[in-house]
Amino acid sequence: MPDAIRLALAIAAKDVRAELRSRTALLSAVVFAALVLVVFNFARDPTALAAVDLAPSVLWVTFALAAMVALNRAFTIERENAALDGLLLAPVPRGAVFLGKLLANLAFVGTVEAVTLPLFVLFFNVDLGHALPGIVGVTALATIGFVAVGTIFSAMAVRTRFAELMLPVLLLPFMVPPLIGAVQVTARLLDGRPLSEMLGWLRLLALYDVVFVTLCTMAFAAVVDE
Amino acid sequence: MSGAASARAFVRGGTAITLVALLALAGVYVLALGFTPLEARQGLAQKIFYLHVPAAWSALLAYSLVGLCSGLYLWLNDRRLDRFAASSAEVGVAFGVVMLTTGPIWAKPIWGTWWTWDARLTLTLFLFFLFVGYLALRAALHDPSERARFSAVVGVLGLLLVPFIHLSVYLFRTLHPQPVVLKPSAPSLPPEMLRTLLISALVFVMLYVGLVTIRYGLALAEDEREGSLDAA
Repeated sequence: MPDAIRLALAIAAKDVRAELRSRTALLSAVVFAALVLVVFNFARDPTALAAVDLAPSVLWVTFALAAMVALNRAFTIERENAALDGLLLAPVPRGAVFLGKLLANLAFVGTVEAVTLPLFVLFFNVDLGHALPGIVGVTALATIGFVAVGTIFSAMAVRTRFAELMLPVLLLPFMVPPLIGAVQVTARLLDGRPLSEMLGWLRLLALYDVVFVTLCTMAFAAVVDE
Repeated sequence: MSGAASARAFVRGGTAITLVALLALAGVYVLALGFTPLEARQGLAQKIFYLHVPAAWSALLAYSLVGLCSGLYLWLNDRRLDRFAASSAEVGVAFGVVMLTTGPIWAKPIWGTWWTWDARLTLTLFLFFLFVGYLALRAALHDPSERARFSAVVGVLGLLLVPFIHLSVYLFRTLHPQPVVLKPSAPSLPPEMLRTLLISALVFVMLYVGLVTIRYGLALAEDEREGSLDAA
């Protein structure tokens, strides 16, 4: 198995390197996330609703939309010049290819989230304080699950007409459990509630990650093999 | 029997079953309106129950069979499983529409609201969206083998998504009437109402079988045509 992980890391490194050379997609995704935050600010009546009450939902809707934009590009770049065929011709197990693409997507979405979080604090005047490590943790826990499903759906969506539309239609139902869990945990963290009140949600998020990362790794062969 | 002939046989058989089921459905309504007691508090509004609940059950049956056949397809690679899954998804979406329209019609007078984000409503709504997505994906793919493999993956992932959506929405307080038939203890429905409901459920299963058979025959004919186009 370490061999598969080494191969997965090599594939992820290739994607990260390609992205760092142009940085166009990353910059666009970050700007997109910032714009979503700005738009949200105008969707709220500041006299009726305190920013902190809306904060968890705003944060997670922004993360979800940014992830969607980021995932759309994951296999689009592999389509150009039939790069995916080259990747599949290499003697690499399909599971390792999937894990590589998953790691690259996590790096991409994680970067967008890392830039969005300070902007969110700035625009919404939320005091993260001691909640920061918890929010980073729950973000990682929720992101892994839906990016795993998003990675496999992105590989399917590029083969369809209207790929940009197909991915959200397929992925959004799968984003529901991680998003609900993440919003609930984030709200409790910002409220300074004890860990015992979040444990159920955290378990659900962890279980989702384990089930869908495993399942998508296994199912990936059925998506790419003719 | 040639593919085209067996496709015709499926469509004909399915149409016959569907027609009988539709007649029986009219019978269910005679039974529900004329021979089943009025619910004490809800009055006539409760009669929609004999349509809403069997439609919901058959929709869930249809979705489960899509998930099951998708898993089997990835394992056995049999085109018949793919055709069946596609047919079942389409009929399931149709039943889902019945469930999601009769529900709010009942909820407005009884709950005082068309829709609420109750656990069960949310779960079935997302299942419905999932299968609409499944059909959209099928429609957007040209290659039959690719279409079969991709939709099977979505079907399997969807089957596993159900418990997660259920768990995550269940933690919100629930407004939907609690189960009166499918629950650990004995059914708490009066026997006459239970009888009408179960008859209606049987009729809906028959309707499901009829519609899926028609749709299966059509899928067979489509495959036949794609095959002959490829050969030409």
